[in-house]
This record gives sequence, C-alpha cells and structure tokens, in this order.
Amino acid sequence: MALAIEARDLRRTYRTRTGWLNPRRVEIDAVRGVDLDVRRGELFGLLGPNGAGKTTTIKMLNTLLIPSSGSARVCGFDVVSQTREVRRRIGYVFGGDRGLYDRLSALDNLRYFAELYGVPAARQKRRIGELLELVGLTGRERERVEGYSRGMRQRLHIARGLLHEPEVLFLDEPSIGVDPVAARELRNTVAGLAATGTTVLLTTHYMAEAEELCDRIAVIAGGEIQALGTADELKHHAEGRRVLEVQAFGVSDSQLAGIDVLPGVRESSVDIVGTAQVLTVQSDATVDVQADVLRLLDGVRLGRVTARQPTLEDAYVAIVGRSPVEVAA
Amino acid sequence: MSVLRLIGRGTLLHVKQLSRSQFEIATALFVPLVQATLAVYLFRAGSEPHRLLEAAVGAGMMAVWSSVLFGSGGAIQNQRWQGTLEMLMLAPRPPALLVFPITLATAVTGTYAMIATLLWGGLVYRIPLDVADPLAFAVSVPAAILGLGMFGLLLASTFVLLPNANAINNTLEYPIWLVSGMLVPITVLPGWTGPIGAVLPTTWAARAVRESVTGSGPVWPSLGVCLALSFVCLVAGALVMSYVERRARANATLALA
Ligand SMILES: Nc1ncnc2c1ncn2[C@@H]1O[C@H](COP(=O)(O)OP(=O)(O)OP(=O)(O)O)[C@@H](O)[C@H]1O
Ligand SMILES: [Mg+2]
Repeated sequence: MALAIEARDLRRTYRTRTGWLNPRRVEIDAVRGVDLDVRRGELFGLLGPNGAGKTTTIKMLNTLLIPSSGSARVCGFDVVSQTREVRRRIGYVFGGDRGLYDRLSALDNLRYFAELYGVPAARQKRRIGELLELVGLTGRERERVEGYSRGMRQRLHIARGLLHEPEVLFLDEPSIGVDPVAARELRNTVAGLAATGTTVLLTTHYMAEAEELCDRIAVIAGGEIQALGTADELKHHAEGRRVLEVQAFGVSDSQLAGIDVLPGVRESSVDIVGTAQVLTVQSDATVDVQADVLRLLDGVRLGRVTARQPTLEDAYVAIVGRSPVEVAA
Repeated sequence: MSVLRLIGRGTLLHVKQLSRSQFEIATALFVPLVQATLAVYLFRAGSEPHRLLEAAVGAGMMAVWSSVLFGSGGAIQNQRWQGTLEMLMLAPRPPALLVFPITLATAVTGTYAMIATLLWGGLVYRIPLDVADPLAFAVSVPAAILGLGMFGLLLASTFVLLPNANAINNTLEYPIWLVSGMLVPITVLPGWTGPIGAVLPTTWAARAVRESVTGSGPVWPSLGVCLALSFVCLVAGALVMSYVERRARANATLALA
C-alpha cells in the first residue's frame, strides 16, 4: 500500500543564543530520530506534552524546516529536494490567530491564497464559497479579519488549508480556541476528508478528539516516539493499572508529594476543573490505594471519589510519565 | 499569464493591507507637506515656477524611494511578525514571486506621498501642474514605480541577510536621494558619485520622470535604462531570495521563535 508520509530517523537540532550580556550558544535536540509511516487516507494523530517536538516534526514534513539529519517523503517526494512537488500536495493549518492578513477580509485572504496555491481561476469562486460554507463563515466573508473572534480566525485558517484540495493535510492543534459545537463540526469535517481519501496528520492536546478521529496515534515525548498504535492498543500501556479520581478543594503540594510516593502509586496528576481540583491517581491494579490517598487528604474538603478503568488519557499519562527524557520548559 | 495574474492580485492585496494602516496613511499624507516645503525653499531663489514643479515631482520620487527602502527592506521581517511568512513560503512557487508583490506594493503606496506632494504644492505654494509631456509623464511614473518595486526585491532579499538592516536602511535614505538626483541635479554633485548614480535604477527613474515634466530630454531612453537596470535587480533579487528561503528553512527563522 502506498505511503503518504514516510520519515526515516528524522532529527532536528535548533541552535540559538541565550543571554544578552553574556551570550551563550545553546543546542536543543527537538526531534531525535523519528520514524513514521502514514498510509494514504489514514488519519494519524501525534500526541505529546508541550515541547515534545510535534510541531518540529510537522514542519520538517511540510518543508518549512530542513531536517538536521534523516529523510522524509510526502506523497513519494523528498521534503528537502522536491519541495515544490510536496507543497503542491499538502495543506497546513496551525492553531492560533496569527498568519492571516488582518486588515483584509476573509474573502481577500482566501482569494490570494487560492491564487498562490494555484487553484485555477475558473474554480476559485466556487471553491471559496464551498469552504466558507464548510467552516461556517458564509455571510461574514467581507468583514476584516481583525474584527474576527479567535475561533473565526481558526476556521478561516482551516478554509485556507483546504483551498487546493490537498492530498495530505497537516493539522497542528487545529481546534485550539474553537467552541465545542464548532470543534465537533471540525471533527466531522476532518473525518469526512479522511473518508474521501485525504491523509491527515493531526496534533492535539484533546485526548477525546484523538480517540474519536485517529486511526493510529503516536505518542511523542522528548523528541522520540514513545508508543505507536490504535487508541485501543495504546490503552494496553495502562493495562494492569486502576485509576482513582478524587474531586477536592485545597490540596497542598506536600500532600500531593505524599501521594506520589505511596506504595503502589504509579502516576498522579492534578487538573483544575472550575473551583475544584481533580486528582487522578494511577496505581497497580493489584493495589487499592484509595484508603491511603483519602487518609493523606485528611482535613481537605472532598467531592466525588471514583475508581474507573484506564482511558486513553491514562495511557498517555503512563507513556509520557515513563519516558526517560525530562523535557526542559 | 498566470504569473502576471498572481503578481497583480498579490500587489493589489498588499497595497490594500498597507493602505489600511492609519499610521502609514497619515505619514504618506503629511510628510510630503514638509517635503514640498523643502523643495519650494530650496528652489525658490531666482527660479521660475517650472523649476518648482520639477522640485515637487523630485520630492515625490524621494517619497516613493523612502517607501520602497523601508517597506521592502523590512518586508520579510514584517511578514514574519504577522505570521504570514510561513504561509507564503508554503505556496508551491518560487519565493521571489511571493515577495515581489510586496515590494511592488511598497512602491505603489509610495505614490500616495507623491500625489500628496503635488497637491500640497498646488494648494499651499500655488505650483501649477503643467507637465511638458503629459503622455510621457503618465507612462513614466507607473514605469518608474514598477522599476523601484523590482529594485525593492533586491533590497528585501539582501537586507534580511544583514545583521544591522535597520541601521543600514536609515543611512541609505538620503544618500540615494542625492546620488539619484531627486533633490538636486546630478551635475552639482562631486564627480565620484556619477558612476554610483548611473547604476542605480532610482537615478534613471527620477530622470525619466523629470524629463517628462520639464521636456528637457527624451523620456524613453531614460525609462528604458531604468527598466533594464531594475530587471537586473529583479533577477539578482530572485536568486538571493531563493538562497534566503533555503537558509531560513535551515535556521528555523521563517517563524517567530
Ligand atoms: N525556532 C526554535 N528555536 C529554538 N528552539 C525551538 C524552536 N522551535 C522549537 N524549539 C524547541 O524545540 C522543542 C520542541 O518544540 P516543538 O514546538 O516542536 O514542540 P511541540 O511538541 O509542538 O509543543 P507544543 O505542544 O507546546 O506545541 C522545544 O524544546 C522548543 O523549545
Ligand atoms: Mg506545537
């Protein structure tokens, strides 16, 4: 089966200077040997913590960065020596609200990029109309982008990325800042594209999004792929574990540190949900840590306490947690 | 054909984007008042009104040059700040074709200042707009703008390679006004500036426009030399631009770090 993306031992080192009075050269190994094979029509997810090297990997594949070493092909064309051929066939959408001509309308932006990406003049008008409809900006297309909300800009980015009907679509956190309803529409759009043969490489921090959409997922941390497989396969990484979730109000750092070192605890983390903290404690399936955890939280006001089976998120936490490389902030 | 369309549409878009900055517009409309005044007082001593128009047009050309110098010199950095540089470079086109519309747009928006100079000159100093050869004027101004836009591509591509582009930008503004003969006739300048002026498209652009205003010489040869030199700049700029693009991909400088 033909591969849409194939990467062999991709590496990228950034060289920068830090310090002002006493400048120092620093080297950051952002990607340290990534191998990827993505089939045509596959929807492939790239998950990983901040600074893991996801964006760097995508930018090497979409020709914006030249790899320090290794090689990659997209649609069979080399990303370093055949950039024009690669660029004709790819779309790139990144999260955030920059990268548009702010003082111009959405229509102006789309027309210009349609021209740049070589959409035939006769097809431009219809294509732009379809895309505005698809991303729900019809009726607003003549307003200046500077007046757009963040989510509207993001949707305009998506429309732009699809103008030339790319064979391979790189989506780097495309759902950032998009409201839940629009995010669901975006997921439907992406799934629809993949169903009609577009290859999609997606990064996201939303596990549910990855689980719902992706045929396969690679978890990357410290510039290396730590695990790769379907969402169900990845869940095996949390196999043999159970998960305890405790809703609490006002847990101190020392209490958290205490939980981390309890016998049987493998991983623990805290999320803030509204006014509450949600403690997630992964432990060996054979050990019930609930009593110990609750004893350590003595005196703290608690809400719901639940024990559950591991999810993709738990698997992700397990994979990233055991990755040997500490990623510097 | 499609390349011309791309350049046309790109230029239009960048002109629009540049023209909607209130700061740029205010500058383009009021700085010329100063320049018109300068021109008038420099030339008022013992000259006829025709010299005044010549001076005002010269001042207008200076404004176009300033716009190209600052706009094109900073074009790539600007696109980087806007976050649009990556999106431009991702297009399956030679990089020069992505940047040339921007530099051409900076020349086009420079004409706002030229028009403003002529208007201020007419309103405040009663300089009549009687051009010796209106047809040649109508052709030479757009052609001069096209030429300066091409020159701009060379500026845009080389300036990103220089560590102190801003400082160089600032120091280039006045000397080029001078050696190109926009402000005072080349004949009053020291001889060694001659060869420098002769290879700059700005000199020939200013000369063609001046000849059309004063009828002091045939316009077309000057215009031809201007466009030929500009074309050389365009080709050189395109080559440097390809190098710049590759280097930026190697050094990760397309995006803001
Ligand atoms: N232009 C750059 N210059 C220097 N270092 C960089 C540059 N871009 C990224 N890095 C570094 O490379 C590493 C990987 O960054 P990258 O942007 O690929 O991470 P990411 O997985 O996309 O993270 P996030 O989830 O935050 O988007 C980080 O340590 C980052 O600081
Ligand atoms: Mg990223």
